[in-house]
Amino acid sequence: MLKQTEGSQAVAEAVALCRPEVICAYPITPQTHIVEKLGQLVKNAELEHCEFVNVESEFAALSVAIGASATGARAYTATASQGLLFMAEAVYNASGLGLPIVMTIGNRAIGAPINIWNDQQDSMSMRDAGWIQLYAETNQEAVDLHIQAFRLAEELSVPVMVCMDGFILTHAYERVDVPGQVDVDRFVPPFAPRQILDPQQPVTIGAMVGPEAFTEVRYLAHYRQMQALWMIPELAEEFEEQFGRASGGLIHPYRTEGARTLVVSLGSVNGTIKDVVDEMRDEEVAIGSVSICSFRPFPMKALKLALQDCRRVVVIEKSLAVGIGGIVSTDVRMALAGLDIPVYTVVAGLGGRAITRASLQEVFDKAAKNALQRLTFLDLKHDVIHREIERLESTRLSGPIAENILRELGVVADHIG
Amino acid sequence: MFQARIHGRGGQGVVSAAEMLSVAAFLEGRHSQAFPSFGSERMGAPVMAFCRIDDKEIRLREPVMKPDALIIQDPTLLHQVNLFQGLSERGCVVVNSSRDLSELGLGDFRREHPGGNVVIVPATELALQYVGRPLPNAALLGGFSALSGLIKLESIEAAIRKKFPPKVAEANINAARAAAQAVTQSGAAPC
Repeated sequence: MLKQTEGSQAVAEAVALCRPEVICAYPITPQTHIVEKLGQLVKNAELEHCEFVNVESEFAALSVAIGASATGARAYTATASQGLLFMAEAVYNASGLGLPIVMTIGNRAIGAPINIWNDQQDSMSMRDAGWIQLYAETNQEAVDLHIQAFRLAEELSVPVMVCMDGFILTHAYERVDVPGQVDVDRFVPPFAPRQILDPQQPVTIGAMVGPEAFTEVRYLAHYRQMQALWMIPELAEEFEEQFGRASGGLIHPYRTEGARTLVVSLGSVNGTIKDVVDEMRDEEVAIGSVSICSFRPFPMKALKLALQDCRRVVVIEKSLAVGIGGIVSTDVRMALAGLDIPVYTVVAGLGGRAITRASLQEVFDKAAKNALQRLTFLDLKHDVIHREIERLESTRLSGPIAENILRELGVVADHIG
Repeated sequence: MFQARIHGRGGQGVVSAAEMLSVAAFLEGRHSQAFPSFGSERMGAPVMAFCRIDDKEIRLREPVMKPDALIIQDPTLLHQVNLFQGLSERGCVVVNSSRDLSELGLGDFRREHPGGNVVIVPATELALQYVGRPLPNAALLGGFSALSGLIKLESIEAAIRKKFPPKVAEANINAARAAAQAVTQSGAAPC
């Protein structure tokens, strides 16, 4: 049904339509509305045959999901930011054990400095944890990706994170078509686990594995993610046939034909980028965009095919690998290895800083003139940085950097953007 | 694309106002997008929310930098936050107050925004009268509907009904109607 609703509410409804049997979660902004709504649906018996388990921490939330999944129950949780870090050990365990849990990440920055706003540093910190990572561009896609995620996770016995930008998507009201139960049942069949903890037929899950077999187990984790590279587009195609709209897949190319500059990004910022692409195309600038929906597995071949004919690639990324620069752009460079195409990293939107059309267009114009630095921080306040560096150099006891900069900037939230 | 920015303080229903406006636009068959900008999550802190309305899909995710309309739920923000940042010359503004423009320091507004307009709606008083609580958002949406002509009052009413339980909804609808009537009677030229 087409409705105007909040991203979190829509995602909660989509998760409920997938008939999870165990939901366990610990609230953390900006993910909270999702599990609150699911809690309501369970309590009102709108979501039947499902147990909602309140736990004392994120570590427990995912641990309960692991236990539930190991007994053959369809398990779901959601988290963000510090919550994801707190459950880190369990994140690796879920994938290492091959348990098809689905988890929503309401993408948010990681402290310190503590910050509740959106960037993608949290999920990026878990990119090598063995989970499939899908990034939603709109709330409609967030809904659709959850439906695809349960199917994908269970077919491969691999856990899936569906990442949606905190606030920008989780708290945004826009039109979303929430599918009907019959359609979702058709797409997501009952869970047929590959392994079950069952007292009638006892097995152990989680053996100690030594050097004789560890590599093989790890290899098979990689092997299953490589299978996802063809399964993700297949599921997206099947989804489109059944639900009548394109959602998911490995990548989303936009106006790439004849483009000299291609902009790569993940998540909701691609909407703003597409608007800038349209404006610049109107001015005869050959530019297009490619957003990455599946970041893990990384669609090396699909991305190379989409990017190989352009002159330069600009990666807009909402995370920072301190000491090197880009996280996404490092992988994009690998996809383009051997081709003479420069890849520019633009770190943007950290801790919720608005990514505006004006700033993006300025960066894209610079790139087109080959005047962009290899690593750029969008809208960095250079004067503030310079004064703080001066202070660091002139005084030994220079004090905490975050507090110094806040003091310098004065009143918080007195301007827009 | 029409863009509105709603300013107020935490606890005043700023985010709900943007939500209801977007629902009203949706009910008229338009595309709309509402989202908050949380400064600090506490009662009384300056808060703003945004609403975009268009006839095609809205992809833009930046905050509303150049609003066509402002709804100001708390006039004490006039001297704390740069509320008018980016407002077009044709912008329309609805302010919650029982004072007049010059008392609010907005005496020059009409000269500076020749194609636009500003109305003052005593929304807190209306809310106290009809709802019994000082929550001005529904009344301001009624005033906005009358001033802008963009969204029908019936659509605002339907959005209020979706948001609140029946009794609270009817009270808010009465506040919205009273505000809309006051704006219409003031003879304010529609934006």
